[in-house]
Amino acid sequence: MSTLTEAPPPLAPGAPEPKPPKRRGRFTPYWLLLPGILWLVVFFALPMIYQASTSVQTGSLEEGYKVTWHFAAYWDALSAYWPQFVRSVLYAGTATILCLLLGYPLAYLIAFRAGRWRNLIMILVIAPFFTSFLIRTLAWKTILADGGPVVGALNTLHVLDVTDWLGMTAGDRVLATPLAVVCGLTYNFLPFMILPLYTSLERIDGRLHEAAGDLYARPSTTFRKVTFPLSMPGVVSGTLLTFIPAAGDYVNADLLGSTDTRMVGNVIQTQFLRVLDYPTAAALSFILMAAILLMVTLYIRRSGTEDLV
Amino acid sequence: MPFVNWLKRNLVVLAGLLTLGYLLLPNVVVTVFSFNKPKGRFNYEWQQFSLDAWKDPCGVSGLCDSLSLSLQIAFWATLGATLLGTLIAFALVRYRFRARGAVNSLIFLPMAMPEVVMAASLLTLFLNMGAQLGFWTILIAHIMFCLSFVVTAVKARVMSMDPKLEEAARDLYAGPFQTFVRVTLPIAAPGIAAGALLAFALSFDDFIITNFNAGSTVTFPMFVWGSAQRGTPVQINVIGTTMFVVAVLFVLVSMIAGNRRNRHKA
Repeated sequence: MSTLTEAPPPLAPGAPEPKPPKRRGRFTPYWLLLPGILWLVVFFALPMIYQASTSVQTGSLEEGYKVTWHFAAYWDALSAYWPQFVRSVLYAGTATILCLLLGYPLAYLIAFRAGRWRNLIMILVIAPFFTSFLIRTLAWKTILADGGPVVGALNTLHVLDVTDWLGMTAGDRVLATPLAVVCGLTYNFLPFMILPLYTSLERIDGRLHEAAGDLYARPSTTFRKVTFPLSMPGVVSGTLLTFIPAAGDYVNADLLGSTDTRMVGNVIQTQFLRVLDYPTAAALSFILMAAILLMVTLYIRRSGTEDLV
Repeated sequence: MPFVNWLKRNLVVLAGLLTLGYLLLPNVVVTVFSFNKPKGRFNYEWQQFSLDAWKDPCGVSGLCDSLSLSLQIAFWATLGATLLGTLIAFALVRYRFRARGAVNSLIFLPMAMPEVVMAASLLTLFLNMGAQLGFWTILIAHIMFCLSFVVTAVKARVMSMDPKLEEAARDLYAGPFQTFVRVTLPIAAPGIAAGALLAFALSFDDFIITNFNAGSTVTFPMFVWGSAQRGTPVQINVIGTTMFVVAVLFVLVSMIAGNRRNRHKA
């Protein structure tokens, strides 16, 4: 398992790769690539094109659909479902920030303070991956149940008053409110934040901390000026790995939320599998894809030029 | 104030352990509720201790069928994705060729795409082709989204390999095939194993993409999804608990075995 954690985070935006040495056998790489790339072209790239074409079709399920370059489908979809889009970005954004706040201490603990417990903690972070995430999400129903200990404690601490005021909860309930959905999203995508953070923290040379201490930096200053900036690649890939799947998720909103917490994913799922309105569903999922690609590009550019320096 | 100082020094540790608790809390709940005897169809409230579900894990119709289907799909998807992914990883690390950038983006995009988008687009393809949704469409989809993760895991390992070892093998008159089987493959094995393990976990647990492309076929995550509406049998918690324990044991054993091998080397 240790090899799994040694692998760099899947998203390493802009990281330069070392040039491989030149080899003999001009066609060998192409033969090696052919089967896998063919698979991705046929079952990943081609479907995207099909979906693009579906999104500009009109017609009905009975009579069949035709490409009519009906771009208004995008406008209709957006004007009908903009609240779900806004909600997706808000929920996924909140969950990502919470993941960063919760995940950083744990990644730091594993990288610098765990000692011989390191492997065990690592296993405990990864093992839930192997238990069905649906079962674990359903367990949150039990944890957040009405009148349960969590709701009781939050009530006593007057946390629910604050979240109620923020519109995150409704009265004494947590289940079927935005808070429950955000809690589920945070929980489900937390490992995707911890692993890249850990990988980049672990690469930091411990002597840099000593050097900072020798130069009379307080621990908090060392963290602010040395540790955190050096962990930025992990922060960037961690936030991306959390935000993207969270924005498209519909399982948490469905199991822990209500009709008032539906996200884009829920709409796409319903349109595709129940309403069978393929053009609208295709347009929605294209808008989601474009929005995410745009946000990711802006974010990488920003974090690459300003925050990384 | 020694206590305040201690707290200050160990604040990170405490916060980290709290997060770990947050991560493991659902697993604890799943385990505890696998020993519950619920009154109604739903297993959300604690009623009384019982071993019934553990004695009869297949007692719910359809549950074990879906479980065995998921295991089969995960097995074949792992095999397919690991094979195709390892070939791609070797090509990317070991050779310089045109279209390298394009191949890299094609590998990267499926990981950066929300699952619903991939799921929906794949369904449009299958609908257009008139394909029968079921075992094969699920398998095709699973190989597709596991592939990138395998490539990333294997690539990391192959990249850190010392090419001198293979040169040494050739200097000792090993043929290309012999070099590959006796030197290259054993060194790359941990990366390939990590990729395969990841693929298995991803395939076994996938719900979103399967939900779109399964037709009326029911995998284990889909069974759980359906049960959330109809009433969750306790047996689901039994299986969840078993999976967690097996995963932890498997990782512990492989880690101990790995440590022992390293010690032998040293």
